[in-house]
Amino acid sequence: MRAPTDSVLLRLDDISLSFKGIKAITSISFDVKAGDICGLIGPNGAGKSSLLNVINGVYHPQSGSIRYAGRTRRRMRAHQAAEGGIARTFQNIALFKGMSVLDNVLTGRNLKRRSSWVEQMLRVGRAPREDDAHRLHAEQIIAFLQIHPWRHVLVGTLPYGLQKRVELARALASEPTLLLLDEPMAGMNAQEKAQMSQFIRDINHAFGTTVVLIEHDIGVVMGLCDHVVVLDYGRKIGDGTPAQVRANPAVIAAYLGT
Amino acid sequence: MQFFFEVLIGGLLAGVMYALVAIGFVLIYKASGVFNFAQGAMVLFAALTFVSLLERGFPFAWAFFATLASMVALALLIEKVVLRPLVNRPPIILFMATLGLSYLIEGLAQFLWGAQVHGLDLGIADEPLEIRGMLLSQFDLFAAATAAGLVLALSLLFNKTRIGLSLRAVADDPLASMAVGIRLPRIWALVWAVAGFVGLVAGLLWGARLGVQFSLSLVVLKALPVLIIGGFSSIGGAIVGGLIIGAAEKIAEIYLGPIIGSGIENWVPYVLALVFLLVRPAGLFGERAIERV
Repeated sequence: MRAPTDSVLLRLDDISLSFKGIKAITSISFDVKAGDICGLIGPNGAGKSSLLNVINGVYHPQSGSIRYAGRTRRRMRAHQAAEGGIARTFQNIALFKGMSVLDNVLTGRNLKRRSSWVEQMLRVGRAPREDDAHRLHAEQIIAFLQIHPWRHVLVGTLPYGLQKRVELARALASEPTLLLLDEPMAGMNAQEKAQMSQFIRDINHAFGTTVVLIEHDIGVVMGLCDHVVVLDYGRKIGDGTPAQVRANPAVIAAYLGT
Repeated sequence: MQFFFEVLIGGLLAGVMYALVAIGFVLIYKASGVFNFAQGAMVLFAALTFVSLLERGFPFAWAFFATLASMVALALLIEKVVLRPLVNRPPIILFMATLGLSYLIEGLAQFLWGAQVHGLDLGIADEPLEIRGMLLSQFDLFAAATAAGLVLALSLLFNKTRIGLSLRAVADDPLASMAVGIRLPRIWALVWAVAGFVGLVAGLLWGARLGVQFSLSLVVLKALPVLIIGGFSSIGGAIVGGLIIGAAEKIAEIYLGPIIGSGIENWVPYVLALVFLLVRPAGLFGERAIERV
């Protein structure tokens, strides 16, 4: 065990998770440094999405602990994660389909509203200025991700690639410290992937957001990430820089192929 | 012509009473996409608790707040025991749960307070008031004013506040709303508590009109056509739907009754609802579901 240093934003320590006896994750430990883009790779069913769900409190591991932003928890609760600055997107897009793009992004700002509901109802006190500030922030993020032409369109009617971007916008709206992206480029063509990679890089640079992402396209992962963790059958088989992982024999055998 | 307006306004005021019940459904539908079959039972529970406390010598305000507290407690209990274990299940499962819940609440109400019929006097004279030569029920005017106040407060709460946005988010996708930090249990408990409050108001007004008895839980049936016409997800829709039903049934009774036989006000609302289902299945103000397959 290394001593936790300040630059480690997230430390998973010996996390195990099982569902009714089926092991999804077996004693996984790794660190994510603040400001890094960390890639989680591995074959389907390797436990990558489960691991993200553990980090943002949807699943509670049977053993192990999560150290995030200097606090160690046995289990993270979903609202604690959100309040602590963890935002995420989902593999199968979990957007509010009946709401406009703008409203979806505004839900990401919801936790930041400080005025009371009485003030909000009557639009007095802190509420008007606060509402305007959140609206402005949401519009900035929408512009940043270049989805402004659709901001009043119902999300359910948008094509898949745009929905992926709206979901990213909503996650970003909460000004996250840690951004979890579950296959942000799944189902995209090469050009869309390049654009999404650029967005992720820009977010990382512009806001200093730490990113943990799951991706199957090895080329994208190797180009984008500072740090790669490889899972197979719920165990960690590789951990290091892209170059180290590429040279790791266990990874080559399990995943990259010969 | 004067007579026509008298009938029309009388009908509209009666419609407000239907809308009051319908609003309770809309609240829970908006928050969970579920038709809460237990709303009628909650109306009965509230009215029966209130009138029983009143008969045991509690002052009006005390009885009101004690009933309100019991409705909130009921809401918290429902959230913990019924809704929380069913998170992320399909809406039909939750619907079945509310079906069972309605029997449970009806039974509980009668177990606690007995099954007798109670009279309820809210202290509002039910004498007709003469306005511009038209005779209007004072009680109905009071009910309409109450409903108007309630609707205004609710629409501000649900359209302007963080709670409102959270509510729509929860209804749309519970998993996603967890990810943006919304606490599902809180939102559900809140919505059920507010629905309980609306049920209490409806229970008092309907109880004063019909007497507090078991059949009070059947006012649900009057709310159904209102919801179909107004749309399940709009409070404004529930009001407009209620007004349409109220006016239509009274006008039909007076003007069509003599031609095709009286007593038609009982089924006119359902015929109207059927027509709406054929022409505009989402109702006047309901959100049309957009689903990609």
